[in-house]
Amino acid sequence: MSPTTTWYLVLAAVLFGLGAVGLMVRRNPLVMFMCIELMLNAVNLSFVAFARSFTDIDGQTAVFFVMVVAAAEVVVGLGIIISIMRRRPQATVDDLAELKG
Amino acid sequence: MLDALWLIPAAPLAGFVLILLFGRRLGEPAAGYLAAAMVAISFAVTVGVLFDLLGTDEHHREHVLTLFSWVPVGDLQIDMALLADPLSITMALFITGIGSLIHLFAIGYMHGDPKFSKFFLYLNLFVFSMLMLVLGENLLVTFLGWEGVGACSYFLISFWHTRPSAATAGKKAFVTNRIGDWGVMLAMFLGFTTVGSVSYAALNHAAEDGGIATSTATGIALLLFVGAVGKSAQLPLYLWLPDAMEGPTPVSALIHAATMVTAGVFLMTRMNPMLAAAADWAPDIIAWTGAITALFAASIAVAQNDIKKVLAYSTVSQLGYMFLAVGSGAYVAAIFHMVTHAFFKALMFLGSGSVIHGMHEEQDMRRMGALRVAMPITAGTFIIGWLAIAGVPPFAGFWSKDEILLFTLASSPVLYVIGLITAVLTAYYMTRQVIMVFFGEARWESHAEEHGAHGEFTPHESPPVMLAPLVVLAGLSIAGGVIQLPSFGIIPKGWRHKLEDWLHPVVEPGEAVISGTSTYDAKVWLAVLAIVCALTGIALAVLVYARRRLRALEPQLLADGWRYDAGVSAFMGGTGRRAFDALARFDAKVVDGAVNGVATAVSATSGRVRRLQTGNVRNYAGIVGAGVVLVLVWFVIVRGVL
Amino acid sequence: MELFVFVCASLMVLAGAVAVIVSPNPVHAALGLVLTLFGIAVHFVAMEAHFLAAVQVIVYAGAVVVLFLFVIMLLGVDRSEDLTVEPMPIQRPLAVVVGGGVSALVIAAVLRVRDTLGSDEVAAGGDTNIRALARNLYSDHVLAFELTSVLLIVAVVGTVVLTRRVRVSEDAS
Repeated sequence: MSPTTTWYLVLAAVLFGLGAVGLMVRRNPLVMFMCIELMLNAVNLSFVAFARSFTDIDGQTAVFFVMVVAAAEVVVGLGIIISIMRRRPQATVDDLAELKG
Repeated sequence: MLDALWLIPAAPLAGFVLILLFGRRLGEPAAGYLAAAMVAISFAVTVGVLFDLLGTDEHHREHVLTLFSWVPVGDLQIDMALLADPLSITMALFITGIGSLIHLFAIGYMHGDPKFSKFFLYLNLFVFSMLMLVLGENLLVTFLGWEGVGACSYFLISFWHTRPSAATAGKKAFVTNRIGDWGVMLAMFLGFTTVGSVSYAALNHAAEDGGIATSTATGIALLLFVGAVGKSAQLPLYLWLPDAMEGPTPVSALIHAATMVTAGVFLMTRMNPMLAAAADWAPDIIAWTGAITALFAASIAVAQNDIKKVLAYSTVSQLGYMFLAVGSGAYVAAIFHMVTHAFFKALMFLGSGSVIHGMHEEQDMRRMGALRVAMPITAGTFIIGWLAIAGVPPFAGFWSKDEILLFTLASSPVLYVIGLITAVLTAYYMTRQVIMVFFGEARWESHAEEHGAHGEFTPHESPPVMLAPLVVLAGLSIAGGVIQLPSFGIIPKGWRHKLEDWLHPVVEPGEAVISGTSTYDAKVWLAVLAIVCALTGIALAVLVYARRRLRALEPQLLADGWRYDAGVSAFMGGTGRRAFDALARFDAKVVDGAVNGVATAVSATSGRVRRLQTGNVRNYAGIVGAGVVLVLVWFVIVRGVL
Repeated sequence: MELFVFVCASLMVLAGAVAVIVSPNPVHAALGLVLTLFGIAVHFVAMEAHFLAAVQVIVYAGAVVVLFLFVIMLLGVDRSEDLTVEPMPIQRPLAVVVGGGVSALVIAAVLRVRDTLGSDEVAAGGDTNIRALARNLYSDHVLAFELTSVLLIVAVVGTVVLTRRVRVSEDAS
């Protein structure tokens, strides 16, 4: 019984769900970022699974680009966190509520 | 000359423009002579058009001159067009004829007034508006003139505007007229929606051919009558006419005796097919309004002491006679009476102006008396006017009044009786006026000091420029009956009912036919009865005022005009004001409140919705996540596919 | 054999994910992330996406997570977060709803269409994975490729600007 595409997709869905839960529950900005990475990886997994099942290499190209963008996003995001955290080292995301209406 | 029809209104309009530009430079009396000359030109052209029309065949006596397309809006095509037919030319003749005489009179009357040129400016504008009114080919051109004469009436009544009573009277006239204008406008709208045009030809032909439903015709006719009630000072909108005596006497003569107030009668006559197509009770309303007004006003005139107020109420009363005629289907009689009334009423107004001028602006009849010695020509002409209005043959008024009474009896005996009683009263109060002013003892000496006269105060006769029009009008009052002599045996055949033959094509649809009835057979006896009533009224007045055999009956109620005017003011000031204030409060609270309320509601809602923006990232993430779940639910569960 | 690999790798993935969301200490969370990333890389290899597996390890696990750790250490945020307190009461139930909902719905969709999901067999022959990927990337998607290189440059420059400490001028006249 070898793993079918369906199994990989189910795994990806579960991983995505875990990432979403983490994003909403954790207050440390860096940990929230890591949860975002989890979600991105789940998506990558499902792309590759589809690329294999439909024998279309475009799925893997998509993963390539997702990784590039994710890397760029991490760079910028961490830069922002650094800038904020310099002033308020113990801040959690809840304290960064300047955009309150 | 028919193609020069446009000259008739153009001449006074030119006079208006010239005086507007050069009035101050022309000054007195040149501005006056210019204005009078313009109206005289109109009169000459009108006579020319008259002869042209007489030359054409009876059934084609109608000429339309279209100047330009005025309102071309989709289905609505209204032209600035003039219509020359027997009715409009008849009106134009006496408007311009009497108008030019009054202009001459005014040159003498307004002598020394600082606003001399302005007076003639307004007078010319008035004549122009009135001519547009009668010469209009459609309701809109007539309405242009209608509004124009209303506006000029306002200007001229409040001419001496520094006097508060004059300013108020002008406003009163304008506002009361406006109520009537509302009726005319609604009639125009109604006519347009049903027939698709406001031109007289279209409306009247549709009414004659049965193309208009009875209810619509009734609506149009009665709405126009509302306008006529306002303009021609019938109950309940007559209030403005007595107050309008604040204006200079030539104004009273021209506007409020001879021309503007007749516009209502003219309009009803012009639209007689519509009235004929209306419900049977519609003309009855008109006749009853006319009769009641006639009686009402005559009763008030009995107790008035101002020389002009008597004539004002007399005008209201005589206009009532004209509407009584219209309501009884006697259009020719109405026009006939309009013409003769114009002659003798203008004569008497101008005569009273001469008296006021000679008495140094005194208007109270109780301070006059025995003026026939000091002002013989004025007295003589005034007496001719008196005999005409009282209905003494062979003066003009007798013939016209008798014809109206004849048709009234054929229509309703009750109205006839009211008409007779009013005739008696008319003779009575006019005789009273003549006696108080021209006969009896001179009562002015005790009040000489009030007029700043040093030493002897003698009333003097007026200058020739004022007397000449009086003489001309007196002649017309004597001979005016000639245009419509009835078919009595003694009158030669060729001289009979000339006006009726002339106006026949215009009034045919609405004119009542009485030639076969018993009333018609008794017409000689009825004429005798009318003469008896006139003589009775005169005799009573002589007994009361000249011979002092009977006591004068002038109750305060009548002097106050049955307190109608005061009643209206009290209502408007009291209940009316409360209603107006309530409406204003409604506007502020409800209408404005709704608008402001929308703003407040938006503000409050946004205040509450604002709380969604917590500024907290996790909240936003939660909401985004919830949205994703909902979308997925929609796709996977509801639509069954991802 | 494949089943065994699949199960092991999946366990690594899920364990790492749980560690990320549950650990109070951010350094532990970062380590959990590394575990997940490795698991994903193993899955890539199992699905014949060798190049991506390599990139995953080098870039993601190697660079991104290291970056995370740098920042954690630099800012001294290695202190633990108190997970017993939740200032917004709705957040945890909502998280369960969102996470569980998304997972369940996607799984349901996948299960419904499982028969249309192509073949599970590995395609034989043809180029190696890296060659096929390169061919696809540099011919069909070369524009996107160029744009991503621009994106990377912009990101780096932007972050440098963003995190600069503004030097206070020292010569006071």
